[in-house]
Amino acid sequence: MNPVYIAGAGMTRFGRSEWSLMQLASVASLAALHHANLGDIPVDGVVVANMGAARMNRQTALGSALVDQLALYPAAAESVENGPASGASAFKVGVQAIASGMADVVLITGVERMRVVNGLEGTDFVSSLSHPEAEYIYGVTLPALAGMFARLFMDKFGVERKHLAMVAIKNHANAAKNPYAHIQQTVTMEGILTLPEAAVNNPPIAEPLHMFDCCPVSDGGASLVLVSETVAAKIGGPKVRVAGIGQATDTHTVHEREDPTDLKSVRIAAGIAFDRAGLTPQDVDVAELHDAFTILEIAESEASGFFPRGEGHKALERGETQLDGTLPINPSGGLKAKGHPVGATGVAQLVELTWQLRGECDARQVKDAKVAYACNFGGFGNNVVASVLQREA
Amino acid sequence: MGNISELEVRMRPSAMDMPVYPPKAITLASGETMVVRQVARDEVPILLEVLYPLLWVERDFYDIVAARLFGELLAYKRYRAKDEYVLVGLIDGVLAGMVNGRLVDEKTGMSYHTLTIRRGLRVGSHLFAAKMEYHIEHCRQDDVLIVAESPIGFRRWMIEYPLEKRFEVQHELGGVPSWVLPKDVYYAAKPRLVSGHRPVSDELMKSAATIVLPEEEIVVRQVAGEKEEQQ
Repeated sequence: MNPVYIAGAGMTRFGRSEWSLMQLASVASLAALHHANLGDIPVDGVVVANMGAARMNRQTALGSALVDQLALYPAAAESVENGPASGASAFKVGVQAIASGMADVVLITGVERMRVVNGLEGTDFVSSLSHPEAEYIYGVTLPALAGMFARLFMDKFGVERKHLAMVAIKNHANAAKNPYAHIQQTVTMEGILTLPEAAVNNPPIAEPLHMFDCCPVSDGGASLVLVSETVAAKIGGPKVRVAGIGQATDTHTVHEREDPTDLKSVRIAAGIAFDRAGLTPQDVDVAELHDAFTILEIAESEASGFFPRGEGHKALERGETQLDGTLPINPSGGLKAKGHPVGATGVAQLVELTWQLRGECDARQVKDAKVAYACNFGGFGNNVVASVLQREA
Repeated sequence: MGNISELEVRMRPSAMDMPVYPPKAITLASGETMVVRQVARDEVPILLEVLYPLLWVERDFYDIVAARLFGELLAYKRYRAKDEYVLVGLIDGVLAGMVNGRLVDEKTGMSYHTLTIRRGLRVGSHLFAAKMEYHIEHCRQDDVLIVAESPIGFRRWMIEYPLEKRFEVQHELGGVPSWVLPKDVYYAAKPRLVSGHRPVSDELMKSAATIVLPEEEIVVRQVAGEKEEQQ
């Protein structure tokens, strides 16, 4: 396979936007194209990741629409819908196009405009990824699945609510340093857990998960420009190489899994990604994990191979995942505080890591980051894409 | 002039004896402390200032809430509303939100508005709860009549408490059917929705003595939503 490089990365601020879906996609794309500094080198292909535009925005065929919006004709155009893993799936499609020699420059854009519908409809929309006959018809929502998962995981490994709060506090603090984050508000252990007021400040959503354990519903767009080795050499600048991608699936229904607390798809996807990269989890300097719920950051940090099973919360307690720790996790603020526009999330994780590897993250910059890892968690762990990026000198 | 004063006296509604809301302090999720206290009539002008730019903010019905609240505050200041009160939430003296209402009679209260400036920390939820606390615990009323003008309000009041229907009563806000918070529902909800501690320290009360308006940027970001053009 030919090497693939990320030449540019850009995104909109996540949050509640007045912009249309295509405005969000266009602004993110233009930011990434500007960052890539392609000059007159044409874009061969465009891949747009999105989960809910057909339902929430009454728009389909987003790849074609973005090509038209940016006048990138006759670039090839695709749209990818793969639930919350749509972003990294689109990234994989772009990487395959360049690695196979079919393209030299591919624009990957993830976009979602969810705040156009009310909270109930938004929750119902995301729940539609669950099994229609075994989960959805019984009223299962993603917070409910995460709540049940958290209960099992906490019982099994001695994780306490204080550990979940520690994830929230860390990620809110990181997001406060990220101008693109949805929530730029720090929170404290007293305010969300230990004082009596915390009962009001941080009400239960799906026990044991409370409000500050859940990501916000966001609008936003994120984009990457992927290039071949030839183009990377031509445009110069810092070189971020796609070292490896892995993808794995698991049963659609969570209750069919032998051990529902074992994120097998994360474990397998990460293993493939690290094998392809010729690297190990111990080589990683910075990671973006899919913390739609705080418990998932802890569980994914173990399943990705950073910490032994049942030890993620202990590493968190030791401060290892802090911005100045040995393995900073979610320096962007993660889904928890940066926000979670579903189709854009997987791309936004890689945008953050590209900026980290290029040393462009200002106050939240991880020192000397050379290897980065992202876990884009689709469904409730039934479709996971793991990516490893590496900075070349 | 004497005739005008006499006329003014006749125009002012009679006033019930209303207890003063005892200030309380609430620690927010951010760790900051919000002081909730009652405001005097001479503090109304500064509250009007913060409402003015919100009159044209359609998001989350801030326009209608700000416009109606503007009128209600003027009516309070100039004695054109009967038995009205206003509470504010202040963080380091900076206005985080405000609520108001009035007493219909000895046993029935009427909630008017809840407006949050500092969003994302459940300031509105805390202030609304303080308002209910005032009616039920301090004014010793049995019922508070409530309506919501935004979906956020509906979720916070009608669903979270949960309120009961009293649709045969028209609420003063637009004559729409009223919901009601009866005393027993209030006390059932109190452990999960009403918080804060008293007495408030002298130091905190000093910090909350003068209302400071938030910077306009904060008002725009927190209330109207940040303009994407600023990126």
